[in-house]
Amino acid sequence: MKIAVCVKQVPDTWAEKKLRSDDSTLDRESADGVMNELDEYAVEEALQIAEANSGEVTIVTMGPDRAAETVRKALSMGADAGIHLVDDSLHGSDAIATSYALAKVLEGRGFDLIIFGSESTDARMSVVPAMVAERLGVAQLTFAQKVNVAGSTVTIERATDYGYDTVEASTPAVISVVEKINEPRYPSFKGIMAAKKKPVESLGAGDAGIDGGQIGLSAAWSGVNDFAVRPPKAAGTVVTDEAGDGGIKIAEFLSAQKFI
Amino acid sequence: MAEVLVLVEQLDGSVKKVTSELLTLARSLGEPAAVWVGGGLDDAAAASLAEFGAATIYVADSADLSEFAVAPKAEVLAQLVAEKSPAAVLIASNAEGKEVAGRLAVKANSGVITDAVAVDSGFVATQSVFGGSTVVHSKVTKGTPIITVRPNSVAPEAAAGAGTKVAVSVALTDSAKKAKVTGRTVAAKGGRPELAEAAIVVSGGRGVGAAEGFGVIESLADSLGAAVGASRAATDAGWYPHQYQVGQTGKTVSPQLYIANGISGAIQHRAGMQTSKTIVVVNKDAEAPMFELADYGVVGDLFAVVPQLTEEIKKRTS
Ligand SMILES: Cc1cc2nc3c(=O)[nH]c(=O)nc-3n(C[C@H](O)[C@H](O)[C@H](O)COP(=O)(O)OP(=O)(O)OC[C@H]3O[C@@H](n4cnc5c(N)ncnc54)[C@H](O)[C@@H]3O)c2cc1C
Ligand SMILES: Cc1cc2nc3c(=O)[nH]c(=O)nc-3n(C[C@H](O)[C@H](O)[C@H](O)COP(=O)(O)OP(=O)(O)OC[C@H]3O[C@@H](n4cnc5c(N)ncnc54)[C@H](O)[C@@H]3O)c2cc1C
Repeated sequence: MKIAVCVKQVPDTWAEKKLRSDDSTLDRESADGVMNELDEYAVEEALQIAEANSGEVTIVTMGPDRAAETVRKALSMGADAGIHLVDDSLHGSDAIATSYALAKVLEGRGFDLIIFGSESTDARMSVVPAMVAERLGVAQLTFAQKVNVAGSTVTIERATDYGYDTVEASTPAVISVVEKINEPRYPSFKGIMAAKKKPVESLGAGDAGIDGGQIGLSAAWSGVNDFAVRPPKAAGTVVTDEAGDGGIKIAEFLSAQKFI
Repeated sequence: MAEVLVLVEQLDGSVKKVTSELLTLARSLGEPAAVWVGGGLDDAAAASLAEFGAATIYVADSADLSEFAVAPKAEVLAQLVAEKSPAAVLIASNAEGKEVAGRLAVKANSGVITDAVAVDSGFVATQSVFGGSTVVHSKVTKGTPIITVRPNSVAPEAAAGAGTKVAVSVALTDSAKKAKVTGRTVAAKGGRPELAEAAIVVSGGRGVGAAEGFGVIESLADSLGAAVGASRAATDAGWYPHQYQVGQTGKTVSPQLYIANGISGAIQHRAGMQTSKTIVVVNKDAEAPMFELADYGVVGDLFAVVPQLTEEIKKRTS
């Protein structure tokens, strides 16, 4: 079974995220890059499925040079190989262009399963997996809290507002995972050493057959008109419940704010 | 006036509040047309769509529409976009709505903007990003603007529309039928408003201490007609069901009032509630980062403060 996992490098969760003043894209230089947290769960799920089905796991990322670190991290967790789509012309790609570029890299490689995180921590759109499924014309099994693979049949529990739906499809399929699906492993020392020798294919846009007119900031289907950093929230009132009337004080506040 | 399509959100045949919000917004952008996908459109549901201004209700009803996930809705909308050339498509910004929007954008070769909190008459969307620290104005520049709008962004206002039903026939493509829904598991649901839509959310975290502890959280919620939320620490511990988790990997909520009890304020939790209009915090640790977001906070034991608050609210509202 051939499994691909799409991982995105994002600014460290704890870093203050900013947009660039020159072109309103994400400032990726000002913070350390880490693997999008949910993508660790995607890698873990892929490894577990591969272990049970004698599969092979390929990590796919689109991002600047240093996104290679994120590919290495996934390889040190145990993935077998990596593909890094890296090209300056990709800078500023929106969701349409990102899904197009990823689909170009993924198509024709015979992947049975393509696994994603369900959301990135920076842009938080939660659309790329569905868009890639649409582009590849394969089944979409997203927001999985549980995945079961039996031969070519894949069944997931899709987390919903009311509980979950059971959704079934045949491979090839796109899967996205939510965090309650598993507990990602930490790379072992041995894994880190082994990762250094694993193959990573670095592709330019042209190598992947990507049409340069469909990617990057200039081709974008949507654009930022302007943005503003909101001043930090003015400090509110914080009182200590020394006199044992904290609840009453909140009620007074809620009443003044017309909530009650 | 060009049409603005609104994908209807419904639960067991009744129209959700977010749809009334989107129809209200659509009226400021063009002529609202509701799109109902699946069976079960009864007179009451049609009337509620008309009440908030739907001039037209497109009804795409066929048995296989509900058997498959996400893709059929995108296909119905893509067909309407091609036939009617609407000025824009508005969809609720929740997990499924965003996926429908993404697939539609690919099909219609159009730009997509998610998580808008406002859309002006020039179709410029306002997004509140990075946990509310940055406000972005963005615009679709190619194709039909496809915009997902967060619940609670617009106050729904009634203004009657004709509500003329128009049947839409759809023949689903094979690729829309690849993921089949074979079962639906509904976790016990109480009489409370839905978390993502609620005007008031009362949440509990690890500080609640046990499943039983959520009793005080629920009582406060009920005194305010609020939904109950929880931090991941509380859902992971099994004290409260997972679907009530607020945060980066749970629900994003943007209510008028959010009351956080025994929640420290980890960045992943804040990511799901930071754009709440008013925030009240109860925590026994004065250093808890949650207080940075508080409009009003009490440093104290939630088991003393919360029940007292509930009693006081009952006294004042009875
Ligand atoms: C604050 C902000 C707001 C934005 N708003 C919009 C907007 O409204 N419309 C728009 O079209 N674009 C927008 N963008 C651009 C958008 O970030 C990129 O197009 C991005 O590639 C797709 O969005 P996402 O990261 O939210 O993906 P999501 O759909 O949230 O990502 C889900 C999964 O897709 C995979 N994935 C995503 N990106 C990559 C990648 N580069 N390489 C490998 N796997 C990947 C990962 O598995 C990830 O877990 C915005 C960007 C920012 C920073
Ligand atoms: C990939 C990933 C995704 C995540 N997604 C989410 C998410 O979606 N949502 C989420 O919430 N978290 C998420 N987390 C977890 C997050 O990092 C925190 O661990 C979590 O939010 C902590 O929950 P908490 O605030 O309830 O618990 P704690 O951090 O333990 O805080 C408990 C608080 O309760 C206070 N307290 C204790 N007893 C009392 C009392 N009697 N009265 C008053 N106060 C009291 C304490 O002072 C403390 O501040 C995620 C983490 C990861 C790695």
